[in-house]
Amino acid sequence: MAKQTPLYATHLRLGGKLVDFAGWDMPLHYGSQVEEHHQVRRDAGMFDVSHMLAIDLEGAGAHDLLHKLIANNVDKLTAPGRALYSCMLNPQGGVIDDLIVYFFRNDFYRVVVNAGTADKDLAWISRHAGNVAVKPHRNLAMIAVQGPNARAKTWAALPGAQAASAELKPFHAAWFGDALIARTGYTGEDGFELMIPAERAEATWNALLDAGVKPAGLGARDTLRLEAGMALYGQDMDEQVTPLEAGLAWTVDLAAARDFIGKSVLAGRQPERQALGLLLEERGVLRAHQKVFTAQGEGEITSGTFSPSMGRSIALARLPAGVAAGDTVEVEIRDKRLKATVVKPPFVRNGKVLV
Amino acid sequence: MNIPADLKYAKSHEWARLADDGLVTVGISDHAQEALGDIVFLELPAVGRKVAAGEECAVVESVKAASDIYAPIGGEVVAVNQAVADAPESVNQDAYAAWLFKLKPDNAADLDKLLDAAAYAKVAAES
Repeated sequence: MAKQTPLYATHLRLGGKLVDFAGWDMPLHYGSQVEEHHQVRRDAGMFDVSHMLAIDLEGAGAHDLLHKLIANNVDKLTAPGRALYSCMLNPQGGVIDDLIVYFFRNDFYRVVVNAGTADKDLAWISRHAGNVAVKPHRNLAMIAVQGPNARAKTWAALPGAQAASAELKPFHAAWFGDALIARTGYTGEDGFELMIPAERAEATWNALLDAGVKPAGLGARDTLRLEAGMALYGQDMDEQVTPLEAGLAWTVDLAAARDFIGKSVLAGRQPERQALGLLLEERGVLRAHQKVFTAQGEGEITSGTFSPSMGRSIALARLPAGVAAGDTVEVEIRDKRLKATVVKPPFVRNGKVLV
Repeated sequence: MNIPADLKYAKSHEWARLADDGLVTVGISDHAQEALGDIVFLELPAVGRKVAAGEECAVVESVKAASDIYAPIGGEVVAVNQAVADAPESVNQDAYAAWLFKLKPDNAADLDKLLDAAAYAKVAAES
């Protein structure tokens, strides 16, 4: 039986269409995926992301553990509450998962990992943890409030939230009573991700609803993140793909002297594949696994959709090295080959089309 | 569920209507459009194409997925609804007004092999 988040009953009450996602009953939409998408780009929407797992790492070795486990460098985190996006790699340089790590002290970090990989992540982290305590939070709800008005509406909904978070810069978090409020997200819009004890999830959600934040499902979450050019684990990268091949070179720190798992494979090797965006120039919809034909050889779409913000189809694709933004390529859709233009993601950020 | 009593239905969620001119109009059911979600693209068959009953002949794509459309009966495609292809969301707005194509049936009596509204309601409830 699929697992349920603390907001399961709330989704049913709101008419959410629930689907199985990574073993969880999650809302795909509450009526119209496209309207929910626009709601986030233009105003404020909220997502239940409680299926993701927060894991606290506590103990004197926590900093060294993360030095070894993740490809980005936690030394970049100097102020309490700073967050960092990173991949966690296997010894072959493939991506075990992508995650966000929050720094509180050198002996206290929180990482948030994907739902579908949570068990394997936990096993991998525990295997390397030594004396560091690895504490998964199974009783935590997470709500992402996203959109240009997300912060103002969150402040209106939750007493005390403004005082706790008014000064937060992007990719920073602060404690708010027993909750964590982070200025992070997965939509390309401003907003917060709230981590709150499960028993307060419904009251928090309802307060946000009353403040005019509308519920949005996984469908809108996917079109929003794709427009924002953000990779999705299991689709745009996995254990067979390195972060350098997935458009995530900016999250890999090869410069520092420290060693991390997978580093020796990534260092000194020129990737043969790269991740870029595609804009379909004809009518149709790009989808994952469609073949892409370029002057440098064949590639493949890793995520494709119809972009509600742009009114046309867009995709992320893994293409041979040498293909560049501005090139025209062909995508095989059923029995046709349609023209597409290669672009550098993101497609949309902060409500504006960039390509 | 909106399942008009005067139409015939295929198990694969197309509806068919026989008009006085002997042509059969085909679309997708309200249940199908709801399951697909926001429809953003239609690929319609070429006029003049001959199709067999159950043959794939069109594609409806929503934001989340592509879905094949099958000919409910055999015949020749004599018209396609370009207005709907230009405004795919009209299928979400009224699936029974937004027809996709018209067939000149090989045998109009083949319509009797399709489901009536009551039988289709059962299929839709189970899918």
